[in-house]
Amino acid sequence: MSYTIEGNTGTWEIVVGLEVHAQVISKSKLFSGASTLFGGEPNSHVSLIDAGFPGMLPVINQACVEQAVRTGLGLKARINLESRFDRKNYFYADLPTGYQISQFEHPIIGTGVVQIELSDGSTRDIGITRLHLEQDAGKLMHDQDPKRSFVDLNRAGVALMEIVSEPDIRSPEEAGAYVRKLRQILRYLGTCDGNMEEGSMRADVNVSVRKSASEPFRTRCEIKNVNSIRFVMQAIEIEAARQIEIWESGGEVDQETRLFDPHKGETRSLRSKEDAHDYRYFPDPDLLPLVVEQAWVDELERGLPELPDDKRDRFIKQYGIPRYDASVLVAEQAIADYYEEVAKGRDARLAANWVTGDLFGALNRTGRSIQDSPISAQALGGMLDLMADKTINGKIAKEVFEDMLETGDSAADIVERKGLKQVTDTGAIDAAVADVLARNADKVEEYRGGKDRLFGFFVGQVMKAMAGKANPAIVNEALKKVL
Amino acid sequence: MSLDLATTRRIAKLARIGLDDQEIEAVRAQLGGILGWIEILDEVDVEGVPPMIGTSTNAALLPREDAVTDGDCQDKVLSNAPDREGPFFTVPKVVE
Amino acid sequence: MLTDLTIAQAAEGLRKKEFSAVELTKAHTDAVEALNGRVNAYITVTPDKALEAAKKADSTLSAGEAPALTGIPLGIKDLFCTNGVRTTAASKIIGNFVPPYESTVTAKLLENGAIFLGKTNLDEFAMGSGNLTSAFGSVENPWHRKDDASVLVPGGSSGGSAAAVAAHMAMGATGTDTGGSIRQPAAYCGIVGLKPTYGRCSRWGTIAFASSLDQAGPMTRTVEDAAIMLTAMAGHDPKDSTCADVAVPDYRAACGRSLKGLRVGIPQEYDSPLMATEKGNDILAAWKKGAKILEEAGCEIIDVFLPHTRYALATYYIIAPAECSSNLARYDGVRFGKRAEGATSLDDLYEKTRHNGFGEEVRRRILMGTYVLSAGYYDAYYLKAQKVRTLIQRDFTQAFQKVDVLLTPTAPTAAFARDEKPEDPVQMYLNDIFTVPASMAGQPAMSVPVALDDKGLPLGLQLIGKHFDEETIIAVGSALEKAAGFTARPDLRAGVSA
Ligand SMILES: [Mg+2]
Ligand SMILES: [Zn+2]
Repeated sequence: MSYTIEGNTGTWEIVVGLEVHAQVISKSKLFSGASTLFGGEPNSHVSLIDAGFPGMLPVINQACVEQAVRTGLGLKARINLESRFDRKNYFYADLPTGYQISQFEHPIIGTGVVQIELSDGSTRDIGITRLHLEQDAGKLMHDQDPKRSFVDLNRAGVALMEIVSEPDIRSPEEAGAYVRKLRQILRYLGTCDGNMEEGSMRADVNVSVRKSASEPFRTRCEIKNVNSIRFVMQAIEIEAARQIEIWESGGEVDQETRLFDPHKGETRSLRSKEDAHDYRYFPDPDLLPLVVEQAWVDELERGLPELPDDKRDRFIKQYGIPRYDASVLVAEQAIADYYEEVAKGRDARLAANWVTGDLFGALNRTGRSIQDSPISAQALGGMLDLMADKTINGKIAKEVFEDMLETGDSAADIVERKGLKQVTDTGAIDAAVADVLARNADKVEEYRGGKDRLFGFFVGQVMKAMAGKANPAIVNEALKKVL
Repeated sequence: MSLDLATTRRIAKLARIGLDDQEIEAVRAQLGGILGWIEILDEVDVEGVPPMIGTSTNAALLPREDAVTDGDCQDKVLSNAPDREGPFFTVPKVVE
Repeated sequence: MLTDLTIAQAAEGLRKKEFSAVELTKAHTDAVEALNGRVNAYITVTPDKALEAAKKADSTLSAGEAPALTGIPLGIKDLFCTNGVRTTAASKIIGNFVPPYESTVTAKLLENGAIFLGKTNLDEFAMGSGNLTSAFGSVENPWHRKDDASVLVPGGSSGGSAAAVAAHMAMGATGTDTGGSIRQPAAYCGIVGLKPTYGRCSRWGTIAFASSLDQAGPMTRTVEDAAIMLTAMAGHDPKDSTCADVAVPDYRAACGRSLKGLRVGIPQEYDSPLMATEKGNDILAAWKKGAKILEEAGCEIIDVFLPHTRYALATYYIIAPAECSSNLARYDGVRFGKRAEGATSLDDLYEKTRHNGFGEEVRRRILMGTYVLSAGYYDAYYLKAQKVRTLIQRDFTQAFQKVDVLLTPTAPTAAFARDEKPEDPVQMYLNDIFTVPASMAGQPAMSVPVALDDKGLPLGLQLIGKHFDEETIIAVGSALEKAAGFTARPDLRAGVSA
């Protein structure tokens, strides 16, 4: 599915690469023992190391290394058994030491790949250039005082994974799908919570445009710190349009860092080339090379959870459900787990329909997630069991489901309480059939005269007469016999 | 290697050391002298020589366990602040 | 006089109850009070704290089982952060800084029972070879030339520590050595200064100058005292990733060890144009004398070659400034230290604070380091220097296949006068010409006083050892010290003059 933009001088293609900063899930910071908990009193989750006090030294957190390697494995990427930490030097009020410890020349993770799925069902591979570990910065607050900004270092030193993609992305949709997929993988791995509102995942978006796929890349602009998938997509569209307009009017796009303003729907220059940074990277002399053993990497690989693509393929095969349903069900680990519990030993397709249909609908309506679903997987399974043994029919099941949502009672209790047990007594059904036919003698005439459609009418009337509880198969059979 | 004034200014800016014009010229001359002296390294053939990493010969990075062992010392963190507002450090207003 | 004792003698006297820790400490706080106005060895003195600690030491001593340094009064270079005691690095920019933490090295000394007299003066942020860049005034070398009242520099950067120990204003002191900052002032002041192997002592809590070079070490009046102090200071620290997990021996046991069969290397490159002059002849003579002493003690004297020696200094003046430009970025007037008044923007705050707060030499090195790391220059300077550094280290590795220890002069000259300070920074840097190579390679090295020059000033010889083999340099140093019989003392010292 190719995405292009029509300009005045012809058709343009966009070229996008993303640098995603993902906060590592760990108890303490990358180089200090201070807590990573979000929130908290300003400057309380801060050690003297994070605050850059004289003589303070960094010590690497084992768990952060492990999380980076596990993420690398999840991205099918090369794991570099030896990596290094470098200092990226610049002055800013949120950077206490005057340098960020990052990995420049020798990142812990090398090239990998992420497969994305698009709305037309097609898939594309987006290359991963690298993943490296680095420190987050502190936070500045500008609104409290007319003359001063306030500095809170609670986040300073929290571990980030910077995941850099190849410039393989060709549309806003692909960019959205990429970030979504990345987030999905990180959440499966438990290496990042992917919470973009709290800033635990944010993207720097590199955008350029060109006339055709055979043309070399043109100058790109980097849009910093975009904090939602929707904004990533919008920013690309808006920035591409801006660049096309410049090129088409005979101008030159400047390589620069820009900011996306979702309120104004524009990107604007943050830093021009003149005051571009010169980060003076050099190996951090406080830290030696980071060496990991292949055996340890293998062990981590064995301990990885089943990742979304594999799970989706298994669902298709094992449960015989359509690819689309399978993709929806593996979107989150918790949903997939829920589904598998419902489907276990039951009609897996029917289970998929209930989960993706009624359950998702109900969760959406009530703004809940699968984790706090009012209907547990066991409860939903119990309802499917009642359908399977013909205690209730599909129609009654809907009623039972709504009741379960509201009361949290089990399907069996609801059926018992409301007396919804399906009637399979042929005598009672025959009587109801006879009664309906007697009351609708004219319709019987018409049906017998060839108006086949009326069969449904009779079924409906019989069901109504039996308060919906009749077994529909027996009703059908009884009607056919008499008619 | 001689150093020009523009480069010296750029370096002073990068290092955030405000120098007036007179100081810039003095620094330019001194750094230029040191750089000239350093040119002795041009004699050394380093083809195929790896850069030195880490001064200790027998040390590797020893990671620490992931546990909260530090922080929660707001009073210490703020104890030397030249200017503060409640629990915050302050800087002149930054426009973003 | 109590201030004339060595650490080893004092430790024995304390245990034999010949005097108390309070008496010993009082003798030293009195000496500091009497002399510091002139010598300026201390930036901050803490006599009350010292006497308080001495009382505790006395009760520990009475209880028995007191650690080696119990009750021993020491000076602490003002680069080690000391909990609740102002720590300035001799810079205006943190002239009011009171650390809420104790450096690992000083914490170990305190655990070992040592008593701190105060914080000793240094070149600002340890950058200098003459103790001329301190924001708290320069230190006077307690030694003077015969019939010449000129004030001499104590060397640098640990010049305050060296002067305090030489003038008996402390029994020993901590120093830090980046390119010679322990050894060169030790030589200038006629005392022993030991720079351990890089990674031997923790750098945690010591204000960084150049992280890949900085090492803490003892400065004392005898080799044995240095061994006692080092045993207390050294050891693995999980808080410093570059600190090695290597067991700490009892270094004192190495003193007096037989040198029979030990191979001593004489690096052929260790001469300097300065030593060809009349001034330097005494140093050449002292070097020869040292070799002879060791030969007589049963050592084999072997010529060795360290061909990259001549590049060490230039390499040093790329790497050390590069690291310092980054290490000193944190002094920005935001979280601690002195903030410049009247800044109108964040950058203005940085520029004013750092311009006013740093002295000229520190600014020069920061700028130099910024330059060699900046885009387009990194490969030509920093990367090249790190490669040359590999070659320098290889020189030592190869030499140590043939010999066990190297013997060299510590400095090309004896202490020079304050007003003889060269205008050209490069001339000043040449003072470190013999000490820098070992620093670049991380080798342990020690300066031992062996002779006086014809003006009556002390001269030191340097012993350089294999990585983590401080024991051999201590063994050789103690033999050298004994045979040289260096007993001269400066004219300016406790109990003699004020
Ligand atoms: Mg980036
Ligand atoms: Zn980054």
